[in-house]
This record gives sequence, structure tokens and C-alpha cells, in this order.
Amino acid sequence: MANTQAMCTSFMGQLLTGTHNFGTGVTRGSTAADSFRAALFLASATINASTTAYTGTVGSVAMSGEVSGTGYTPGGVAISSWNAPTATNSSVTAGVAFTTPAASFTYTTVTLTTAFNAVFIFNNSQGSSGSRPAVSVHTFGSQTITAGTFTLTMPTNNTTNALLRLSTT
Amino acid sequence: MITTTKGLMDEALLEKREGVIDNDNEHTTWVEYWHDGELVHRSAHVRLKKMPNFIGGEAASF
Repeated sequence: MANTQAMCTSFMGQLLTGTHNFGTGVTRGSTAADSFRAALFLASATINASTTAYTGTVGSVAMSGEVSGTGYTPGGVAISSWNAPTATNSSVTAGVAFTTPAASFTYTTVTLTTAFNAVFIFNNSQGSSGSRPAVSVHTFGSQTITAGTFTLTMPTNNTTNALLRLSTT
Repeated sequence: MITTTKGLMDEALLEKREGVIDNDNEHTTWVEYWHDGELVHRSAHVRLKKMPNFIGGEAASF
């Protein structure tokens, strides 16, 4: 037997469930999952890894660069649920923790005439109105919608395709 | 019946156009309905395949 330096894969999985806190964190009233939302952003916007928060007000005020149009609510749609976070070892030194929303995002009967190409996921349980913590940005080919429905279907929830993946190598 | 900018319209009165985009990142289908040269409906379905966001980490060496 030998010891092997590694970041424990279970730790990465627990990062996805809020088990560890190395700094000033949040007070949790229960073990329930937070609520997340998915907002659409214009192709002309600039949201990326440096984006720290959704700065609009869900339901009333759009964030700069967010789409607007008939049938679309600032803050986008609620993400109904996520697949349970999973952490898997790929070797004695490496592993992956991952999760993916359990259902598609559907924006029903909207008109969004200015091209959009990104969905921004944020935590609507933490922070405060006007500053909800960012999670991730995912891009796709530019789209417009006219009196129609935009559906965003999630990738396969596994170690190589999941929407959110943390890994060690 | 199709939801359009002019309300519900009989599909038979509309010109239908469809398209597909397929690459490493997504498989997308879209459908448009046109009436007298005017776009009155457009829907799209984007299926994400694989996200490039991949966060690496390692335990520090001594």
C-alpha cells in the first residue's frame, strides 16, 4: 500500500452540495437545495467567467444584456430540479464531480427578435435581489424567436458531458 | 393551428421553413412560418451536447 497525494473526489461532490465553507459563507436554514434560474442573454452582451451575479430583479427588471420581449420574464425560468450531484474517481489521483438540470429549460410563447446566444445560470436563493450569485454561462448558436417557443435541452449527465463538472487530473 | 404574431393561424395558409444545426456543441432544430413574405412564427430547440466548462484542480505538492 502507498499514500497518494490527491484532492479527494468526495470533496468535489460536497462542494456541489454546500458541505464545506473555508471563508465567510451563508447561513442555511435547512438542507434543501437552493433555487436556480436560467436567463437568456443577447449575442451582443458580455457575460463570462468574470460575471459574479445576476444583477437584475427577477420578475421585473432585466440585467444589462439580458433579452427582452413579449412573454419573457427578467431572470428567465426557474430550474425545476437537478440530478443528484455525483462524484466519481477516475484514478487514485483524479476524479470528477458533476450535475445537470433534470429537465429542459422552456421559454413558452415568447418573441425575442434580437439575437441571443447564451444562457446564464444563477442562484436565486442566495445573495439578495439585484445581486444573485452566478453559477455558469453556456453558449449556443445565435437564435431569435417569433411568437414561438425556445427549448434548451440539457446534455447527458455524466463525467464528460454534464452541464457542471469539477475535476482533478 | 399555429401561434403567430397575428394570432392563431391555419398551418395551411403559411409557408413552413425548417433547419438543423449540428456541431460538437449542440444539435439545433428550428421552424419558421411565413405569411405573405412576413415571418409570423419562429421556434427553436437547442440540445446541448457537451459543455466546455471543465474546472481543474489538484492538491498542492510539498
